[in-house]
Amino acid sequence: MQQEKMKISSHREIASQIFELSLEGELVNEMKQPGQFVHLRISESIEPLLRRPISIAEIEHRHKRFTMIYRADGKGTRMLSHKKAGETIDVLGPLGNGFPIERKKGEKALLVGGGIGVPPLYELSKQLVKQGVEVFHVLGHETASKVFYMDEFSSLGKTYVATVDGSLGTKGFVTDVLDQEDLSFDCLYSCGPMPMLKALENKYPAIEGYISLEKRMGCGIGACFACVCHLADDPSGTKYRKVCSDGPVFKIGEVMI
Amino acid sequence: MSRLNIELPGLSLKNPIMPASGCFGFGKEYSQFYDLSILGSIMIKATTYEARFGNPTPRVAETPAGMLNAIGLQNPGLQSVLENELPWLEQFDVPIIANVAGSQTEDYVEVAKQISKAPNVKALELNISCPNVKTGGIAFGTIPEVAHDLTKQVKQVSEVPVYVKLSPNVANIVDMAKAVEEAGADGLTMINTLLGMNIDIRTGKPILANRTGGLSGPAIKPVAVRMIYEVSQQVSIPIIGMGGIQSVDDMIEFFYAGASAVAIGTANFIDPFICQKLINELPNKLDELGFSHISELVGRSWKNHD
Repeated sequence: MQQEKMKISSHREIASQIFELSLEGELVNEMKQPGQFVHLRISESIEPLLRRPISIAEIEHRHKRFTMIYRADGKGTRMLSHKKAGETIDVLGPLGNGFPIERKKGEKALLVGGGIGVPPLYELSKQLVKQGVEVFHVLGHETASKVFYMDEFSSLGKTYVATVDGSLGTKGFVTDVLDQEDLSFDCLYSCGPMPMLKALENKYPAIEGYISLEKRMGCGIGACFACVCHLADDPSGTKYRKVCSDGPVFKIGEVMI
Repeated sequence: MSRLNIELPGLSLKNPIMPASGCFGFGKEYSQFYDLSILGSIMIKATTYEARFGNPTPRVAETPAGMLNAIGLQNPGLQSVLENELPWLEQFDVPIIANVAGSQTEDYVEVAKQISKAPNVKALELNISCPNVKTGGIAFGTIPEVAHDLTKQVKQVSEVPVYVKLSPNVANIVDMAKAVEEAGADGLTMINTLLGMNIDIRTGKPILANRTGGLSGPAIKPVAVRMIYEVSQQVSIPIIGMGGIQSVDDMIEFFYAGASAVAIGTANFIDPFICQKLINELPNKLDELGFSHISELVGRSWKNHD
């Protein structure tokens, strides 16, 4: 984990309000696991005050470059979206624990993403494919204009899309695709809204799986206790996990969602 | 470094800069960034007798120039702090200020009694001002007689000096300060967070699950400076000041207002190296302002310097 002013190598809008931002610097050397995140200080001033946690979508060690995909819908991310190539951003990271990827060659993995939970699955998919794992992607979005990286995911494995309004792919949610397709797989990986993760947990109670959670964070490193969650076997006690430093990835069934 | 050393009841500080309670955990996370021995002190996270999970999430929300939090005193409880956290901190050459919290007088007294025996705990910070717990906490910190009584009882059992953390959520901060001084408090820490709220305009609901939270960050700095300015002229015990400090210039205002040392809270979240940076920058600022020792700044805004 380190703090570095990283240089923006490219920044563009790839779907409605969805931005792809690539940064270069030494900090990339420490990025190992897909599913980790960075904490960005968007402005040197006090607006916005707090850092913003953003997931890592792609790691390119050779170029000392990593890419994030984020949605500009809050004050901080809207300000971030105005940054141009060549400018620098204060990055703290890599933070948290990502997806475990040690799998046997020939195994099948199902990757399910929802909305802005889709980006970390891209690096995950790349690393799984590199190991000889067959990947399937089921990606859910609100509407066609919000869909991104379909070609990129498709080049790695079979990719299904669901949109809530039916403007692209299956009309409905990722679970509608899963009901239709009856996919068989050895491991499930998912990132997206809580109701989606909950639905997956209910649908596949016995499968080995990992989910990535999102919570409002203060420090991002485990000191402030803002992003804690209960353990599933201790729903009202004092045992806990911190999403920022114990997660954001947890084994399915480990924590209350 | 001798230009920065400060002697306070129970505390020989290498420098007057320390992380504020609740913003630094028990130090482990920040020890990944720098050697904690450089700090003047560490105010560790509030400790209660029993372990507490705290409030439901979301527990933090951003506001203009500030943040709201409603963590709810989550901590592993007294025994775990005594067995795990404080011994771990012994590897660093830094005095610890243990923040003591509770729901009733007996809790405070028991935690104070036991935690004050830990070898590296050199002072207590009596937390009578947390706005995020329904019982205790702020109830002790808003009525002078109640704060007086609690301070007196804790003083009777504590083996180290007791600093009382004052809440800004009161009608008269000077009355509160005088009440705890009269009860035997060795020092004051001020201010805790201001009770606040923000609402999500899409849902119409408060953003924090607890609805209200404590406001910290630069937004509260002028309130803290004003309160320290008022209180420091009316009491004879020292004040550790806090509330929105982000820079050396902010710190100087606190010293001028009457603080003898300062604590850094929310700024640690924005820049994990902030305490280290401020410690490094302070001597240059003393040169720039023409002071030879940090103590010359204390109360300068109201002391006669003719």
